[in-house]
Amino acid sequence: MKKSVFLGALTVASLTAGIAAAGTLDDVKARGKLNCGVSTGLVGFASPDANGKWEGYDVAVCRAVAAAVLGDNTAVEFVPLSSKTRFTALASGEVDMLARNTTWTFSRDVDLKLDFVGVNYYDGQGFMVPKALGVTSAKDLDGATVCIQTGTTTELNLADFFRTNGISYEPVPVENNAESQQQYLSGACDTLTTDASGLAATRAAFENPGDHIILPEIISKEPLGPLVRHGDNEWGDVVRWTLNALISAEELGITSANIEELSKGTNNPEINRILGTEGNLGEMLGLDADWAKRAISSEGNFGEIFEANIGEKTPIGLARGLNAQWTEGGLIYSPPFR
Amino acid sequence: MTTLTDPPKESFRLSMLLYDTRYRSTTIQVVALLGFMLGAAWLINNVIVNLAAAGKTFNYGFLKEASGYDINQKLIAYNSQSSHMRAAVVGLMNTLLVAVMGCIAATILGVIIGVLRLSKNWVISRLAAVYVETLRNVPVLLWIVLIMAATSHQLPAPKDFRGDNPAATMKVFDSIAVTNRGVYLPEPLFSKGLGDLPVFPDKESKACQAFYNPDGTPATAKLAKFCGTFQISIDLMAILAVLIAGLITSKLIKTRADQIQKDTGVRPVTWYWRLAVVFLPTLAVLYILGFYLGYPELKGFNFKGGIHMRSSLLALWVALSLYTAAFIAEIVRAGIMAISKGQSEAAAALGLRQNRIMSLIVLPQALRVIVPPLISQYLNLTKNSSLAIAVGYMDITGTLGGITLNQTGRELETVLLLMLIYLIISLTVSSVMNYYNERTKLKER
Repeated sequence: MKKSVFLGALTVASLTAGIAAAGTLDDVKARGKLNCGVSTGLVGFASPDANGKWEGYDVAVCRAVAAAVLGDNTAVEFVPLSSKTRFTALASGEVDMLARNTTWTFSRDVDLKLDFVGVNYYDGQGFMVPKALGVTSAKDLDGATVCIQTGTTTELNLADFFRTNGISYEPVPVENNAESQQQYLSGACDTLTTDASGLAATRAAFENPGDHIILPEIISKEPLGPLVRHGDNEWGDVVRWTLNALISAEELGITSANIEELSKGTNNPEINRILGTEGNLGEMLGLDADWAKRAISSEGNFGEIFEANIGEKTPIGLARGLNAQWTEGGLIYSPPFR
Repeated sequence: MTTLTDPPKESFRLSMLLYDTRYRSTTIQVVALLGFMLGAAWLINNVIVNLAAAGKTFNYGFLKEASGYDINQKLIAYNSQSSHMRAAVVGLMNTLLVAVMGCIAATILGVIIGVLRLSKNWVISRLAAVYVETLRNVPVLLWIVLIMAATSHQLPAPKDFRGDNPAATMKVFDSIAVTNRGVYLPEPLFSKGLGDLPVFPDKESKACQAFYNPDGTPATAKLAKFCGTFQISIDLMAILAVLIAGLITSKLIKTRADQIQKDTGVRPVTWYWRLAVVFLPTLAVLYILGFYLGYPELKGFNFKGGIHMRSSLLALWVALSLYTAAFIAEIVRAGIMAISKGQSEAAAALGLRQNRIMSLIVLPQALRVIVPPLISQYLNLTKNSSLAIAVGYMDITGTLGGITLNQTGRELETVLLLMLIYLIISLTVSSVMNYYNERTKLKER
């Protein structure tokens, strides 16, 4: 008697647990809202504006996915996550995807059971110091106090960099970007280290950005990109190909200005396939034919998103560099839509 | 004629489990136990199924892998090549450090405030009341963050100490530097020190070979620190041994003086003897070891040398002490008020002064009331030290439960381990204090 009740309970529990794991795409459609994990506030990448509306480079990816899946780029619940809480939040299903300056690494992909769907920013770790300090190279930082966000790859790179160069440092662990900025500006740490794009974004928010320089050394590769849970390949495909659609759109010259025009049909078959006038790519993804059109018109193509949020005309002022299209000498490359 | 027969023996029926008071309580307990077991089984199964669904296993192998990150405050040798296990131990020692410092400071402060709150001086007792009400009614996290923000924004940065006409100077004969990165104090050093004693050395390891055959290079010296699980300073042990021996001798002199006083009625003057046996041998050992103070010096970006009390440690220590002291003050006040007024009146009638009445008559009796709730406060302080995470103090929640958890993705394993460690700490504190309570409580025969 006792045993059978026990086993029965086990079976019921297994069944419910099994059901809960599958079908993020269906969950999102049923919920009518995409839960997207973003940074707790990094100007240019993800930060709420004066009206509380989230905007930025990473936010645009969330909005594009929401537009593709739900047909509404405002149907996103932005969940601000610190570098420490992000993976737990994704793994436990609190968010459907992460678009949060997260570096694609082996152990995160393989050991943490996450799936990186692509790269939306090729970055590297740098150091920022006040000009007044008179430091010109990261190798002169022997004995410096370094503010570092915990739970990041930058934390590990930092330890490796100082160890292999035989110099010492004093780490000051901080929880988020706002805190590190505060500590850095009050002089409680000599230098701030994180991805170079993050440094540029942080510096742009300073009162006197000109008083601070980013040192020339880039000590690591930091491919940043959106990611989803491991094991739900249908959902992974949706996010992956939404990002690819934005990238291909730039390459093929589809912009938010001419997309209406082009969606009437062109003589370029790839554009037609992306915009749903030819083939059934949308159906294969479990979406309708207009999915990519909505994603691209959400905030523009990859290049438009870059220029609007972090490009040279913005206060953050990042050059395209590695993040130019492969046709322009950069690394941004989308697999073909066919 | 009547015969006595046994009442008919009632056969056992199933309904008796419910309606018969002899069995009912057992039935309820069995049902409750079954329910509890089912609940636990459901939880455990849920964990197993979900771990399997996420493709994760449950094992503690990651504790042996290299951690890859650095920790600023470490009481034992550690670097980024050390294991996650060692990082956890470094964190644990930091937790214990702040807990012990906090308990001592909170007790001293709490007793003083508690006594002051009962003062007949209106201003003093009101001030103590204001202290207690302000401190204990604002969450301790806010106090920690407030003190941290105050130190990092108000105090001068190390660069302000530089130059011919610096904006900030060192305090107390140029020996203490108060900066926004913490306080640098002089540290005791020995020019003819006896070195360290490694505990559990593995003689085959590279570190121990460097320890036993030093060649004087800084790299070897650095490596040698990793010999053994940790190292004990022989200098410190020698000083402690001499000091304890001195204290015991001093006690013997006192016992002898008591005996002479008992026999003859005259107490010999012994204070200079007692001072001498404690201090002279200790000073002699310090002299032999070549004791001197290492002052902090501004070198490069930071002060070098000296003991560095990081602002995160200071903020955590001060905030936890002030906060817990407010509770301890109330406990002390309750303890004192529990002692009948007649006791102090009788003592006053004998001509004892106020402070002697307090320390000889009232407080020893009040301890019986004070100690049990005090245990809870010590436990609270120890557990509250996990708020260290708010100011980046690398306690066990910061290392094992923070960076290790994050870098390895082993949430379940690290959190379970963390819970176990806090449980062990708390139970230890509690049993030690309960032992003390057993000894101080009123012996009734």
